[in-house]
Amino acid sequence: MARKILLHDIDVANLTDFNVYRNLGGYTAVEKMFKNFTPDQLTEEVKKSGLRGRGGAGFPTGLKWSFLDKKTDKPRYFVCNFDESEPGTFKDRHIGQLNPHQLIEGMILGSYALGVRTAYVYIRGELFYVLKIIEKAIEEAYQNGFLGENIKGSAYSLDLYCQPGAGAYICGEETALLESLEGKRGNPRIKPPFPAVVGLYGCPTVVNNVETIASLPWIINNGAEAYAAIGTEKSKGTKLISACGHINKPGVYEIELGLPVEEFIYSDEYCGGIRNGNKLKAVIAGGSSVPILPAELILKTAKGEPRLLSYESLEEGGFETGTMLGSGGFIVMDDTTCMVKSLLTYARFYHHESCGQCSPCREGTGWMENILRRIDTGKGSMKDIDLLVHIAKHVEGNTICPLGDAAAWPVASAIRHFREEFEEHIKLQQCRFTK
Amino acid sequence: MQEKQNISAFKSETIELVNKIINRYPEGRQKSALLPILHIAQAENNGWLSTGIMDYVALLLNLQPIEVYEVATFYSMFNLEPVGNCVIEVCQTGPCWLKGSDEILAHFEKRLGIKPGETTEDGKFTLKTVECLAACGNAPVIQVGTDYHENLTTEKVDELIEKWKAENKVSHSNPYL
Ligand SMILES: Cc1cc2nc3c(=O)[nH]c(=O)nc-3n(C[C@H](O)[C@H](O)[C@H](O)COP(=O)(O)O)c2cc1C
Ligand code: SF4
Ligand code: FES
Repeated sequence: MARKILLHDIDVANLTDFNVYRNLGGYTAVEKMFKNFTPDQLTEEVKKSGLRGRGGAGFPTGLKWSFLDKKTDKPRYFVCNFDESEPGTFKDRHIGQLNPHQLIEGMILGSYALGVRTAYVYIRGELFYVLKIIEKAIEEAYQNGFLGENIKGSAYSLDLYCQPGAGAYICGEETALLESLEGKRGNPRIKPPFPAVVGLYGCPTVVNNVETIASLPWIINNGAEAYAAIGTEKSKGTKLISACGHINKPGVYEIELGLPVEEFIYSDEYCGGIRNGNKLKAVIAGGSSVPILPAELILKTAKGEPRLLSYESLEEGGFETGTMLGSGGFIVMDDTTCMVKSLLTYARFYHHESCGQCSPCREGTGWMENILRRIDTGKGSMKDIDLLVHIAKHVEGNTICPLGDAAAWPVASAIRHFREEFEEHIKLQQCRFTK
Repeated sequence: MQEKQNISAFKSETIELVNKIINRYPEGRQKSALLPILHIAQAENNGWLSTGIMDYVALLLNLQPIEVYEVATFYSMFNLEPVGNCVIEVCQTGPCWLKGSDEILAHFEKRLGIKPGETTEDGKFTLKTVECLAACGNAPVIQVGTDYHENLTTEKVDELIEKWKAENKVSHSNPYL
């Protein structure tokens, strides 16, 4: 059995209760923090752990914290990104609904390191029932002296609040999230300036993902070296992988980074193989925004080495033959899956979710959706395939925020790896998979 | 303007909740309360945001009405037209599609006799399609109010519809309560 950091106690009954969490050693990292660490030392410890952001981009967490502008006398903010809207991703919900105190403890650690007095958890509006679980846990943390004035007799005070979104994938992008938290439309900001300098209410701000923050208590309790000893050279620690699609056991799994993809898909400890004994066709390994890979390239790299669940192994081969770890949303497709229809659902998604600020994204996502719908309904022409590639290429890299890239990559990669299937769909004027 | 007069103010408990939420933000940043308050306003206004209720929210938060409209039109959870008592939101994105969300949607359409975006004539049900609800491991998934219903089958859909009909299901209620 792999080591569990995030999900170690997840099956304990009533873990959402403060006392249950506390009796399992909860909030000892906060006590240790006050005794052993100054804020800067805590940031150093997180740097040494090698923890990378789990929201999708994999940016080193301690380094991100060290960019926070501490020279101004403006207040600073720490914001938890609980937007969790990347298709295929459902790991943060798992933590939020089953172990909210782990997230709150992580928020206290991060806020202290950053010198923050007010912090927010921004959670997608659809997950209101999880917001209520977290709000109840926050109330308990206040009652037990872990939030509020002079926490546990220290001179440190922190207020923590939960804020709902209202249905907009783009609010997961950190500057759109900050706009939304200010009560505005979720339009991403032009960067620079980065939130570390100009963030919430124009003040220095750090935004981190739920899983990133929930990893902090273990790191402080067990030490940066212990965390860095898990995983691979460039991918330290454990990662939650939310696995879905045509597997026997969909669910949220904690893996030590570096686990072979083949073991993850086929072993009973994880996905338990493909449903009905079908053949694996393709995997989207890191949430819908990362390139799709056919079975042979997700199990082995183009060099013939086993593909591992780590940042560097999934990136091996670049976009020609590789992909990305992303958010860890692992979508598995068996050999009954139509690649045209599958891609159409994502194209529709990005079109629906484009905030509309930049024309390449606003128009391009709509064009890609329309062309794919044309092909799907049997009215496509061969020229449409290259047209899709052309549009994707012109959206990518030409937009304010990475949603444009996220919309382009699935299209480009599906055609790169499954071109014949698109051609066949056009020739037959229908789907070979529809019964 | 005329509509404004028809809007009854929130109940005093709701006003208390609104003030509690406004206090979460720094002085002068009460606009941050807009999304939470719109959720509450929608729930208290039969599940949708009329111009009148949005003007009232603008008044409460000391904003220009346009600042409320531009936000309400951006977020997909806000309904800008009247809806039925029970709003059924069917997830359609890739992972749910892989597990048969098309059949689930078709079954709802057949059972209720409406298409996505429509409301039944008796005003009881509205059908909507939505994008990924972050529950893909239990696909196919629908959301009704704040409840998720996961691992759906057509049989489960039948049971749910019967249950909702029997209890005259209303899906919008103040999500904070
Ligand atoms: C379109 C888009 C959607 C995103 N959605 C999310 C999300 O739902 N959750 C999240 O944590 N990060 C999301 N991100 C990444 C955030 O912008 C940001 O990098 C992240 O919250 C930083 O936290 P981390 O360093 O702990 O990963 C998204 C980015 C983009 C461009
Ligand atoms: S890339 Fe798309 S989502 Fe991002 S800012 Fe531009 S239009 Fe908005
Ligand atoms: S695709 Fe339906 S919940 Fe994610």
